[in-house]
Amino acid sequence: MSTTTLDRPDRPGDSRVRTYPAYSTPLWRRVLLTREFAVIALLVAVIFYSNNNVPNFDGPLTFYYLFLDIAPILLIALPMTLVIITGEIDLSVASVVGLSSVLVGQLHADHGLSIPVAGLIAILVGALCGAFNGFLVAYVGLPSLAVTIGTLALYRGIAQGLLGTKAVTDFPDKWTDLAKERIAEGSSYPMILIPFLVLLVLFAWMLHFSSFGRGVYEIGLNDEAAHFSGVNVERTKFLLFVMAGAVSAFAGIYFTLRFGSARGDNANGMELQVIAAVLLGGVSIFGGRGALHGVVAGVVLIGVISSAMRLQGETVNVINIVIGTLLVLSVISTSLLSAAQALWARRGRAGGPPSSETGQHRPAVAASESTNER
Amino acid sequence: MKIRNRRLSALAAVSLIASLALTACGSDSDGGDSANDGGGDKTTVTFLPKNLGNPYFDTSSKGGKAAVEEFGGTFDEVGPDTPSPDAQVQFINTAAQQSVNALVVSANDPEAICDALHEASDAGTKIVTFDSDTNPDCRDLFINQATAEGIAKAQVDLISEQIGDAGEVAILSAAANATNQNAWIDLMKKDLSENHPDIKLVDTVYGDDDDQTSFDKTAALLQSHPNLKGIISPTTVGIAAAARYLSTSDAKGKVALTGLGTPNQMREYVKDGTVTAFALWNPEDLGYLAAFAAKALVDGDITGKEGDTFTAGKLGDFTVDADATVLLGDPYTFNKDNIDDFDF
Repeated sequence: MSTTTLDRPDRPGDSRVRTYPAYSTPLWRRVLLTREFAVIALLVAVIFYSNNNVPNFDGPLTFYYLFLDIAPILLIALPMTLVIITGEIDLSVASVVGLSSVLVGQLHADHGLSIPVAGLIAILVGALCGAFNGFLVAYVGLPSLAVTIGTLALYRGIAQGLLGTKAVTDFPDKWTDLAKERIAEGSSYPMILIPFLVLLVLFAWMLHFSSFGRGVYEIGLNDEAAHFSGVNVERTKFLLFVMAGAVSAFAGIYFTLRFGSARGDNANGMELQVIAAVLLGGVSIFGGRGALHGVVAGVVLIGVISSAMRLQGETVNVINIVIGTLLVLSVISTSLLSAAQALWARRGRAGGPPSSETGQHRPAVAASESTNER
Repeated sequence: MKIRNRRLSALAAVSLIASLALTACGSDSDGGDSANDGGGDKTTVTFLPKNLGNPYFDTSSKGGKAAVEEFGGTFDEVGPDTPSPDAQVQFINTAAQQSVNALVVSANDPEAICDALHEASDAGTKIVTFDSDTNPDCRDLFINQATAEGIAKAQVDLISEQIGDAGEVAILSAAANATNQNAWIDLMKKDLSENHPDIKLVDTVYGDDDDQTSFDKTAALLQSHPNLKGIISPTTVGIAAAARYLSTSDAKGKVALTGLGTPNQMREYVKDGTVTAFALWNPEDLGYLAAFAAKALVDGDITGKEGDTFTAGKLGDFTVDADATVLLGDPYTFNKDNIDDFDF
């Protein structure tokens, strides 16, 4: 792995060169023929199609509402990507959203705290929730699936226990308006995209341009090897869960203010939407592979398809079927592609010089699947 | 090396194009049955129930569709698969984008969908709520199926009659935040403590309007309260699930069950003796009335002012009450003798 992470002197600072294997393919091919760009191309195609064929899709409200709807998923998908790349999973994120929503509501309404103070406390509690997950997964060594299924119920239970059947709806207009405000008058982009972009830059730097990020991939590929090559596996996992908790809590504040309503059942089931979008974006559920631009495209793609199909008057069941099918196709496409390549390689090389099948197979898969695998 | 890579890139390109083509096909077939022309001078009415796949709302939408066809408008029904306000907001936004003439909503939260409704209203859409209301300033008109007092009283009267006005009862509700459910539960508690001192309400559980959850909660209720004499379930999904559980358990005939249910779902349990009587209004009439009220708003015949009157097809004339509310009528009690007269 260390041999492939070499820096080329002619392109300093270009992450592709650093993180992609130094195959003999030209740079454009390694950048464009990737899972991530397949999702982006699909996204562009769907937007193009919808603009021409779906009534009202080209209206001024479409993307404004779209971004308002997917903003919490976009936000949580950032840390979730890193968590899944390490081969772990966090199912408790939506419950943290609900808990933070309830906390903001209660601290504001019952204890008279201002929204920023209440929000800050909610984020701290979110980080704490993440730390609890992270401690159990990283230091105790429990499987994250089991731990976070438990905390999914636990955090949701606390949220609903705190607020009961009530809903806090008494928020200052200043803040609820801010949650829905556009970046500029008449712009399709809501204000929430600004904190998202800041976090995106932060997470992209962390995952793709820092040694911490390289450790994240290494843990996903083989955490024992990562440990022996000097990656602090426990600390990395722990920090990722803390980030997932904190970002989910932030998404919870946005969720609360956008709907002007703090409820214990806010964002119920959102964890699956987040994970679906991350997987659609080309992140491997087994860890070690994936990139943030694909994930962002995956989230937006699901949003655009739902929005366009709602405008078509399709029922939610049809929308779910389409998105579900797309997700399954995207997951099996990787396996199908590598199977086809294996077949191809065997047939094409049957009379060729003897060479190790596995040795050829492996880079072949990596090259076309387009991955950050090293 | 070179050859293999060329082959691989060809493969990748083919798969990319194939995936694009596949989605294009999918989109094409979706485009074919688009029901939304959006234009024309027909009145477009969109029904947005709490969630789809709920027989109660299937029936109300059926009534709404009949009414819209009667006055020659375009009917559409959309909705989320789970009864949550955030999912509902997306459909309200969509209606605003389509600038439909009227949106008929059963609210999953009185406040959370308000801003979205305001935006739709600004885009020229008339907002009618039915079944479950929002805050009054978020809509033009609320079609009330029955007064909350009337519903609460009907259910308390039924249960007290069935258990001999004494003993432990529990409530199996829908979602913990459902507006109408909570209003009824509060009124039932009040009615019980004021007029039925020997009946003790021991528990309120939430089945989330989900058949399996409601079924499990009923089982749990019977286990945790062995002396339970009656269950009130003011939700059609809940009462049917509870009846299904009771009909196969030892408690059949010992624990009384009443609440709000639909005749088709409850027929079997009324006939086998699990349930003696239950109450409801006719949701089909409710949807029918809501659609006609929406039409009257769109045409400018009424504005939601107290005292406005309009005609709702076969149901006759209705008057707008205070707070822009129209009342459908009193709840109706279904029992073994009359249940076969109804089919919804």
